[in-house]
Amino acid sequence: MGLDFSVVPPFAGALLTGALWTIAITVSAAILSFFGGILFAVIALYAPLVIRLPFRLFAWLFMGTPLLLQLFLIYFGLIQIGVDLPAFVAGVIGLGLHFAVYNSDIIQAGIRAVDVGQYEGARTLGLSRIQTLRKIIVPQAVRSVIPPIGNNMIALLKDSALVSVIGVAELTLSSQMAISRTFRPFEFYVAAAACYYVINLGLEAGLRRIERRIQIAR
Amino acid sequence: MTDRPIIDIRNAAKSYGTLEVLKDISLTVQKGQIVAIIGPSGSGKSTLLRAINDLDPLTSGEVWLDDVQVNKKLPTRQYEAHINSVRQNIGMVFQHFNLFPHLNVRDNITLAPKMLKGISKAEADELAIEQLNKVGLLDRIDYYPSRLSGGQKQRVAIARALAMKPKVMLFDEATSALDPELVEEVNLVMKQLAEEHMTMIIVTHEMGFAQDVCDRVLFMDQGVVVEEGPPEVIFKNPANERTKNFLRKHLKGQH
Repeated sequence: MGLDFSVVPPFAGALLTGALWTIAITVSAAILSFFGGILFAVIALYAPLVIRLPFRLFAWLFMGTPLLLQLFLIYFGLIQIGVDLPAFVAGVIGLGLHFAVYNSDIIQAGIRAVDVGQYEGARTLGLSRIQTLRKIIVPQAVRSVIPPIGNNMIALLKDSALVSVIGVAELTLSSQMAISRTFRPFEFYVAAAACYYVINLGLEAGLRRIERRIQIAR
Repeated sequence: MTDRPIIDIRNAAKSYGTLEVLKDISLTVQKGQIVAIIGPSGSGKSTLLRAINDLDPLTSGEVWLDDVQVNKKLPTRQYEAHINSVRQNIGMVFQHFNLFPHLNVRDNITLAPKMLKGISKAEADELAIEQLNKVGLLDRIDYYPSRLSGGQKQRVAIARALAMKPKVMLFDEATSALDPELVEEVNLVMKQLAEEHMTMIIVTHEMGFAQDVCDRVLFMDQGVVVEEGPPEVIFKNPANERTKNFLRKHLKGQH
């Protein structure tokens, strides 16, 4: 049986819709993971022990278990305790928190690397600890770690395919549905891969722009 | 001059474990006075300066600013509020400038006044212009610190401290990190402040500047004030052997 890519165009609309869902999940989860990462980093470094210890357990849970399992737990597991999330929301929360924990590690390192003189400079003007963190330390820390966070965001885009298992009709699930109708896995998986590649190029271009803008402001 | 000192340090002592960095130092500074602290590195002069705004807390002793005790013993949360309001009255200039690299010159100067004094954007702009005029850098208002020379950075740092309208200014080796040809522009700004009768405490390695500008010079060594007096006396006719030795090494080639 030869390859025949002419089976793909009739499903172009479905694949495009899937690609848009993939973008929507990736962008939402990326935003959640970015701000969540900052929050987690500040908790890990500065919160009192009673908050820090339970948080460490939570971080360990997200780093030490498979993302797939986390998605199942959030989508299927939480229903049992009365939390019935739409698949899209469950997917964004799962991906977002998972990568927030990874971003938090990077941002913590960024915060530690900010020169102590920055802290002293702000405190001697009369800024409080929290004001100093918010206006001086965290903005600089985040700027310095944008490249590794960008790498995480690319990983996030690829891992968004896992959300297909809880029934979000993103790119991977859309191509699987097309395959089940046509029995042409090679053509559709290649088409899906091409779509991921194009989205990735867009993401990388976006990250490069952010990095450039930050470089000017340093 | 009033009899009530603006800065009053009483029996200041500080130690790290068994190492005593400051040993029972008392010092008063009157309003408008300009005091230089000189001494070899490790003598405790920076530590003493940084104790004034409690950046390096004392082990024992008291620091008073304008009849308010800076290092009051308070519960953590109350102490935070207290020290933040006290520090608004104490400008500090660091050896390495400590400008905020992610903010332009305007925002470096106006961040604290905007956050702490609730001034409007227009008032903040005016404040930035006023302070930059003073240090002669108005044309750099939209620059980021990375595009300024060391001397310009330090002048912006001075403008940033002045924008809080402090009662006293502390200078911690403000020109030590500068290339020699950039020292003068910073010294000029400090001289100008002296002429405006700003109260200043200046930790410095520049004996010439201390001699020209200051009313009083303190020579510190090994955590104590060895000798103090007017610059004419300290530099021309010091009484103590350690002062003489130190000055001999430092004045060599400066005149």
